[in-house]
This record gives sequence, structure tokens and C-alpha cells, in this order.
Amino acid sequence: MPEATLLANPVKKQIRIALRNCGVINPETIDEYIGKDGYFALGKVLTGLTPAEAIKVIKDSGIRGRGGAGFPTGLKWEFASKNNSDQKYVVCNADEGDPGAFMDRSILEGDPHSVLEAMALCGYCIGANTGYIYIRAEYPLAIERLKIAISQAREYGFLGNSVFGTGFDFDIHLKYGAGAFVCGEETSLIHSMEGLRGEPTLKPPFPAESGYLGKPTNVNNVETYANIPVIFLKGAAWFSGIGTEKSKGTKVFALAGKVNNVGLIEVPMGVTLREVIYEIGGGIRDGKAFKAVQTGGPSGGCLTEKDLDIPIDYENLIACGSMMGSGGMIVMDEDDCMVSIAKFFLDFSVEESCGKCSPCRIGNKRLYELLERICTGKGEMKDIDRLRNLSEVIKDTSLCGLGQSSPNPVLSTLDNFYHEYISHVEDKKCTAGVCRDLMEYFIVEDNCVGCTACARACPVGAITGERKEIHLINLEICIKCGACMEKCKFDAVILK
Amino acid sequence: MSSVKIELRKDQTDKIHTICDSFGNQEGELINVLHKSQETFGYLPAEVQELIAEKLEISAAKVYGVVTFYSFFSMTPKGEFPISICTGTACYVRGAETVLNEFKKQLEMEVGETRTDGKFSLSCLRCVGACGLAPVVQVGDKTYGRVAPDDVKGIIEEYLPAGL
Repeated sequence: MPEATLLANPVKKQIRIALRNCGVINPETIDEYIGKDGYFALGKVLTGLTPAEAIKVIKDSGIRGRGGAGFPTGLKWEFASKNNSDQKYVVCNADEGDPGAFMDRSILEGDPHSVLEAMALCGYCIGANTGYIYIRAEYPLAIERLKIAISQAREYGFLGNSVFGTGFDFDIHLKYGAGAFVCGEETSLIHSMEGLRGEPTLKPPFPAESGYLGKPTNVNNVETYANIPVIFLKGAAWFSGIGTEKSKGTKVFALAGKVNNVGLIEVPMGVTLREVIYEIGGGIRDGKAFKAVQTGGPSGGCLTEKDLDIPIDYENLIACGSMMGSGGMIVMDEDDCMVSIAKFFLDFSVEESCGKCSPCRIGNKRLYELLERICTGKGEMKDIDRLRNLSEVIKDTSLCGLGQSSPNPVLSTLDNFYHEYISHVEDKKCTAGVCRDLMEYFIVEDNCVGCTACARACPVGAITGERKEIHLINLEICIKCGACMEKCKFDAVILK
Repeated sequence: MSSVKIELRKDQTDKIHTICDSFGNQEGELINVLHKSQETFGYLPAEVQELIAEKLEISAAKVYGVVTFYSFFSMTPKGEFPISICTGTACYVRGAETVLNEFKKQLEMEVGETRTDGKFSLSCLRCVGACGLAPVVQVGDKTYGRVAPDDVKGIIEEYLPAGL
């Protein structure tokens, strides 16, 4: 598998903190990481700060979880540190399942030591001496590089017994995921680590009280950890000086879809979507018109032109009906049908629902069926109300984050692209030209040479026309099989 | 579980025992054991699951529950050249569906099937994290980026020079 692509030219407006070493150092050589001040933060904290002082640094920095929900990292560590236990665990959530997001993969492949160092720092802060990285089996290169990094760190005494000779023991092991999106939810992840089905459980108890094997456990995402060593080196004030009032630091986004420049970008919180899409992303491909940008993956929503100038941070994205999520950012143009996009995400959520609670298991399936009806021209106006009501119920009553957020793509497209739903339902038209069942086959008169190939291919005899004369499709008879379009050598059959 | 019973050879049962032993026969290591076993056998037939259950002293139902929960585990053998089309969001908006349809048409098979000659199996996967290359197709360990429907025939022929 090729390494995840980074943008070739770091463009202005970008600040690289989490990605600081990606593409810069050889990730398989610990010396290069050390050459970039690697493991200095660990040495500094272990020898100079108490765990409580170190947690205060993280709290003061204002960093929040980069995995989706944006919970303050310092608070999370404090909770875990205050729960007394003979054994505690530090877990790194590397089960990057959001389709369209690959920053965690890039960090693990490009700078694995930064994650190891941060986990050791976390272990010191909360009083844990064992760490686990729960990583997707779909990322073989990241797994390989982590294995190398762990063995090198052990060799150098940065992991293992008495790190830096301080008497603090800490070691890290790998646990593999097996392809279940819901395992990104922390209680599910912990069950999966225990060898069980990755089904979530109600919180509380939070993992900070009762996590892996019933012990206090701190779970953070890869990108969150990658920020930690820098915060200790440069100080909380430096970090909290970047970003907006409530969202500090930078965020890595995976810019993809219909933009000219695709790849990972790291920007300070507070830049606008317009800056990201037009200045960094280089605008929409093929000169097409911008339609929407989808953030937050299957849990997020679609933002439109009116949202382009809002500073990106956790609160603002939620206020616009989307969310930060893990940082996938998929740009869509005029050729994308928003009803189909909503259906696409629902299909994902139906597939990935663990099935434990009925609102998510059955509700999402019903939402999908409603969307399917609308996309195939069988929808009625009542279906639109049904979509909204059912979405609200699923959000309010699901057990975990997956179900609580899975209707977001439906709700946000209903809010922003209501007219597309209406045209699918009332006019039976898909203006973007995506929903095949709502389109019809036509013969372009200028291109038709009257070869009769289409008429012969038509299984229902819907095409009439004499040899060497323009043919015509009878739409009443046409079953939209597309055989005519396939047979025509002159591009005379079109779908619109 | 499955209707066709297979007989495991002595060396195969030994292999499973070795895998289970290497993880200390611990219940909590079930997922790791399944990963290793699938690497060895290519898939996880009922008989392998039963043997693992016995060895880890858990019920076969529990093993089956875990195997069917995770999409990475398969109970049917994959083709010699497993074809996976990424249907993550970035690939989707860049036309993964038309690429998938082309594969279905060319190979005359549906997603989740393995061809009777055992050459190809067709599946969809969620985001391989190569969104910059969308749409992405993987055949075995090899990744193809920016695939267009017109490229499909060529990709298949790489693995089947004699044609379909």
C-alpha cells in the first residue's frame, strides 16, 4: 500500500504540530526522532514535574480530543489519575474508521515515536505502566513501523523498566482491530481489546473509572497524542495561543473529493472553510460549482456556501449541524446528489451498527429504506416528515455515539438541501443526474446515424426508427436497462 | 455453521494449537488468535472456530459471535486474487460505484462472491486511507489509484493474461 499522501507543498496558513515530523524524518530510525527533540519532553517531565503538575500543563494548554467529540484531554487524564487502582492502562485509539480520514495513519507511519512518547507521558501522569495501541488490521505499514519503533524505544530505555533511570516503568503493546467502525467508540474499543464483540456499554462508568479489564483506563486518539510532546516542550501558553477561544491548537484535515489539491493539511483552529477549500485546496476541480463540504464522516453533516466563512472549531461546526469528527473533509460539487450522499452514509451506518440497541439497528435501516424510496422515485411527501421524525428519535435514544450521530447526514441535507428532496419526491427528478431511476434515456438527434443497433438491443422494443433515420425512445415502454446506451457507438444515447 | 464439513489435517490442527499456545490460550487474545489463524488458512471455517473454542475453553458460539461481528474475518475462502474496491466517501464521490459496477460486469459476479475457478473474489472495503488516490482498488496487496471504469479490464488481465 502506498504511503498516505501529504500535500507536496506546505501552503500558507498551515502550521504543523501533529504532523511536524511526517515526511521529514525517517520513521524507522529513532535517532532522527531524537534529533527533532524526540523524547526530550518525556525526560523533562519525568525528571522535573510531578504527575499533577504535568496534568496541569495539559489542562492549561486547552487541548481537546482530536478523535471526534472534543473532550478536554487534561480533564480526562485528571479523572484517570484520581481513580486509585493497583493497575491502570493507557490506550491509543488508532482504529481510524471514518471513511475519508487518514491522519492517524499518516502519523503512525510517519512519526510513530511521537505517539509512544506521549503515551509514556500519559502513563506517568495517570499512574499507569502499561499501554496498548488498538490499531486497524487494515494498516499493515503503520503496524510494521510501530513494531520497529517500540523495539527501538525499548532498546534506548525510553520504554521498559525505569525509564530514564527514574524508576518509572512503562511499556506498550499492540492490539489489532478487525474491521468494525463502532470500535472507535471507547467502550466498544475496550471490549474488542478484551477479545469480545465490539459492542458499546452505557457510560458511566467511564473508562477512567472502569475500562480495560475493569481497571481505570485513559483512551485518546492518535492525533491527540501526537500533540502532547510538543505541548510539554513549548509550553501550555504557546499552544493555547494558537486557535480560537474554546478550541486550541491545530487540526489535521484530510481534504478529499472534488478539490484540486487533495491530501492532509494541518491548520490552526479558526481558519475558515473557504480558506481551506479555495486557498489550500486550490478550488473545485474542472471549474465546477461548489455545492457542499462534508465534515465529520458518517456522523457529521454537509455544510454549504453560507457556512464557508465560519471559523472552524468544535462549537461552530456543531452549531452548523455538523461536527469536527476525526477530520475528514469531503468536498462535493454540482454533480453530487445530496439525497444519494445521505443514503450513502446511512448505508455505512446500517452496515456498521453493532445491533445492540434497537434505535440504531432498526431505525437506521428504516431511514435507509425511506431514502432508497425517494431515490428511486417512489417517495411521497410524508416520507420527508418520516425521515425527520425518525432521525430525531434515533439521535435521542441510541446507546452510543454511532447511533446518536448517524442521522446527522440526513438532517443536515434536509436542512440545507430541502429542495433536492422535494424535486426527488414531487417532480421525480434528480437535478445532479445521479439517481438513475429518476433519469430517462434520450437520443441526441445530431449524433444518431440510424444504424439500428440500439433498436435491436432494446429488450422491450421501445426504440423505433427506420434505417439511416433518427431513432426515438418511447419513454412509456422503456425499462431503463441501458442496453441502448451501451450498444451505441456514436454517443447518441444519453441519460438525463 | 456451514453446511459443508471439512476435515482438518493433523498438521492443520497442530498449527491452530501452536497459534493458541503462542497467545497463552487466553480468552482475551481471541481476536489475535483469529487474525493469525485467518492468515494461515485464508479464512475461518466452522471447524477451525470449534477447535479454537476448545483450546481457549470458551463456547464455539462465542467464537462465532466474534468472527461474524468483525468484517475482517471471513467464513468463506477468498479468491487467489482478492479484489477490493474502496467505497469510502472520497472514493464514492470520485466514482467508485461505476468502477465497482464495471468489475461486476466484467467478472460476472456479485460483491461477496468468489469465482468458481477460485481466481477472483470481489469485495468492498471502507477507506484504506488513500483518499488522495481516490477511487482506489486493491488486488491482494497491490493498490491501484485513480481507477476509471476503462482501467478495469486491464487490471483484471494483469492477473489473468489468457483472458476471462
